[in-house]
Amino acid sequence: MNRLAAAAIVVATAFAIVVPFFLKPFGIYLLSLWAVLTIAAIGLNLTLGYAGQVSLAQGAFIGIGAYTTALLTQAGVPYALAFVAAGALSFAIGWLLGYPALRVQHHYLAFVTLAFTTLVFLVLRNEEWLTGGIYGISGIMRPVFFGWSTAKPLDFYFLCLGVLIALSLATWWMVRSPWGRAFVALRENPVRALSLGLDTRRYTLMVFAIGSSLGGLSGALFAPLVQFLEPASFGLNRSFDLLLMVIVGGSGYFFGPFVGALVSVLLPEWTRIAEGYYLLVYAALVMVLMPLCPAGVIGLLERVLKALNRRPGTAASARVVEQ
Amino acid sequence: MLRHGLIASALVVGLGIIQQAKAQNSVYMPAILELSGTGAVSGTNFRDGMILAVEEINAKGGFLGKKIEMPLLDTQSEAGIARLQVQKVLDNKPYVILGPVFSGSVLTSMVLAQQAEIPQLVGGEAAAITQRNNPYVFRTSFGQQFSMPKIANYVRDGIKAKSVALIWVNNDFGKGGRDNFTKEMNSRNIKIVADVSTEAGQADFSADVVKVKAANADAVFVYLNEEESARFLREARKQGLNVPLIGETTLLGQKVIDLAQGAANGVKGHVGLTVDAPIPAVQQFAERFKKRFNYVCDHNGIKGYTGIYFIKAVTEKIGKFDSKAFAEAAHGITVSPKDEPNILMEATWDKNGDINRESFLGEVVDGKQKIVEVLPKLGVK
Amino acid sequence: MVHFFQLLLSGLATGAIYALVAVGFSLLWQTSQTINFAQGEFVMLPAFFVLMAMNAGAPLWLACLIAIALSILLLGVVFKFVIVDPMLRHGVLPLVISTIALALFMKEAVKDFYSSQAQPFPALVAEGDVNLLGAVVSAQSLVVLAVAIVTVVGLNLLLNKTRLGRSMQATAQNPTLARILGIPVRRMVLYTFLVNAVLVAIASILISPIYLAKFTNGETLGLAAFVAAIIGGFNQVRGAVLGGVIVGILDNLSAAYLSSQYRAAFPLLILIVVILLRPQGLFGRAQERTV
Repeated sequence: MNRLAAAAIVVATAFAIVVPFFLKPFGIYLLSLWAVLTIAAIGLNLTLGYAGQVSLAQGAFIGIGAYTTALLTQAGVPYALAFVAAGALSFAIGWLLGYPALRVQHHYLAFVTLAFTTLVFLVLRNEEWLTGGIYGISGIMRPVFFGWSTAKPLDFYFLCLGVLIALSLATWWMVRSPWGRAFVALRENPVRALSLGLDTRRYTLMVFAIGSSLGGLSGALFAPLVQFLEPASFGLNRSFDLLLMVIVGGSGYFFGPFVGALVSVLLPEWTRIAEGYYLLVYAALVMVLMPLCPAGVIGLLERVLKALNRRPGTAASARVVEQ
Repeated sequence: MLRHGLIASALVVGLGIIQQAKAQNSVYMPAILELSGTGAVSGTNFRDGMILAVEEINAKGGFLGKKIEMPLLDTQSEAGIARLQVQKVLDNKPYVILGPVFSGSVLTSMVLAQQAEIPQLVGGEAAAITQRNNPYVFRTSFGQQFSMPKIANYVRDGIKAKSVALIWVNNDFGKGGRDNFTKEMNSRNIKIVADVSTEAGQADFSADVVKVKAANADAVFVYLNEEESARFLREARKQGLNVPLIGETTLLGQKVIDLAQGAANGVKGHVGLTVDAPIPAVQQFAERFKKRFNYVCDHNGIKGYTGIYFIKAVTEKIGKFDSKAFAEAAHGITVSPKDEPNILMEATWDKNGDINRESFLGEVVDGKQKIVEVLPKLGVK
Repeated sequence: MVHFFQLLLSGLATGAIYALVAVGFSLLWQTSQTINFAQGEFVMLPAFFVLMAMNAGAPLWLACLIAIALSILLLGVVFKFVIVDPMLRHGVLPLVISTIALALFMKEAVKDFYSSQAQPFPALVAEGDVNLLGAVVSAQSLVVLAVAIVTVVGLNLLLNKTRLGRSMQATAQNPTLARILGIPVRRMVLYTFLVNAVLVAIASILISPIYLAKFTNGETLGLAAFVAAIIGGFNQVRGAVLGGVIVGILDNLSAAYLSSQYRAAFPLLILIVVILLRPQGLFGRAQERTV
């Protein structure tokens, strides 16, 4: 089973590297968008899937990261520094937001983050002196590293892919560490974890802050990708989109965000025939998926693989245990 | 994961290949419009105006020997998606890109068209569109920097107001209008005694009417989207706001009049384009449109229609389908009904892509828009 | 001073609507752990049932009854059995996600299959304004206020003075104990869904003449309902009512006296403050955590 997964990862990575060479600029742009949104989805997956908290603020954090990066690079700061700053700022804001908000029960964080996202949107829109207001920020240049310009679609795509792989490895390491295992304990039964001596609040807060910082880093790539920022891109709709991504992919699974982001980016293209019905199809998909397999697409795959792996005699009577 | 990666990649590649197929004896002019979402009314009107024009032209064999191929793409009224669609069509080397209508979407997408050196014919009215040194963008209606001076003159000379209260919707359309209007008021020494911002989709205007009433202005300039205009007018009528209410095109549109159910009577303002214009060519167009689509078109329909004929006129002037040459020739061109009757009114495009044309002053009387005066082109006495 | 009174009155009328929507929302949360993110869309939809019935030829009063009946069926029965029950088995979180998807689905369905444009909606009461101490209120708003008050009082009577109502309350407070006492818990929970369906249908018919029927109506209403329910304290019906009124008045006052660009921010700031300092809401009871 593990060898199959490893092989799948290798093949998928090979695809991600090779396929873009056969695509037109639009296709490359879609793949770059996929990579950037996956980073944000990984962050939300940490918060939602591993630590069991509903956050509707991920869209706002992408916005914070994007605007920070745009403003800094347009003021002359080197991109790498702006990138780090975006992540650090998002981490700090996530910490500050989570500190009081996580004192309360589960579902309240959803509403606090809902309010936060709307407030961030209002600030981005009203404070024209800083953010360009409703007109946004335009003409964002793609970064140049030691003479290598990422202005062309293919070059920028590889930058996004590289960052995605780096952050994925970092997240993988974190989740596998003893620290990471504590997150899972939190999700399963917070009260029990508490009784076992885990400082649940500290852990949940860390997870939320890290998840938020990944949102910020995603934003740092989003700005040069789209090259134009406006407040409306980072409101509740974006947060809902990310949430649905993580759910459809399979929350709590490491590769859930990758699959979820792929579905989200490609679905408008697949439903092109029925123009404008994309959101309807997406929502219906989630509603149908949830009762059938709340563990998302990855969970579905897992179930199917488990069923196939069992010996023929027991397949019919075996019940796959859910997460 | 593996299976998903394979299927997904194959589909992406497949979609890329499908884009290649394109007829050779037609000219590719994709339309990227708000066909759903908040901008659906504007987008669909603009689209239908263009469709009427395209059908008329294709029925006569097209222009310069080629028929027009105008596939429609939906931006869902979102700037991000508009940009995506422009990105997509650029891969197929269009001659001219049509749309979007929403100013925000125009601003986002025009950077790409400019980089690719493809002219873009837009419906947006935000001033910023023609202030970014883009030699490839062309308007189909007045920019706010042209319509606002006309209104300002009306406020000063027609209404003779010394102070004005201003209520506007906080989006790119409303903010642009507000900024330009404020500038024009300041240069005419008319005081702005209230500056009230409202939200798109807002339903309750009682607080805003209270603020406007309290300001005691000589007139109120209303710059909101359609539904909000109707709600505001009703609330204003309810609370007894008795000073002249002045607007720009939208406020005097039939949709607002219908939704406001009587509260729109007495509203005055500047109208850039209207099917009620006292010009025979416009009236005949309105008839053809109504016959073809079964509804009365708004100003966006006229924009779309005249826009296509503008493209035809410029192309016939340069004699070939060359996007760069188009942009150069279009700056400074004047298209007159004498040469191209379906341009409806004489129009000149300046070096920034702004349009200069006659316009109208109107008033809402008994549930209908009435044109009171015809204003000449700017620069013509 | 007249202005203040005008604002107060208008805010009260809007707040009454928010209250109706918030009450249904809290009831569902209390009795069955259902956090219905689609509550706003639940209020948006019945208006379209009315319009469809009228398009088919029904007079207004009949169309309203049909809408309420359809509402009870779809937003009450179907919602509970098809969406809530299957999801609750997996936990509260999957249910939250499903209602988010449901909200999106309902919005898009109306937009795609009915219209994306605002539709004028007939008023139940003749147009007319009432002058109250210098402030002007539309007859419509007064009716809204009156209906809202009657509904809330009626609901309160139902919950406190009838056997059925007290059984519903018992189910909300402690389902296990209620079951032991012989209360048909599943049926009680179903009744709260039906009550919510009726409430949202009434709210829909009341506000649509003013808001116009549009697929995006659910967004602002839903948010206002959540804020109202949490500020007021969702484990008491009166909390939701007062929360709704507070939000309505606050929105008007802050728009008039404070910044209008940030008018949407004030209820949200209050929300955050309430959640942090008094999570049970201004009028709610502190909730115990079951292990």
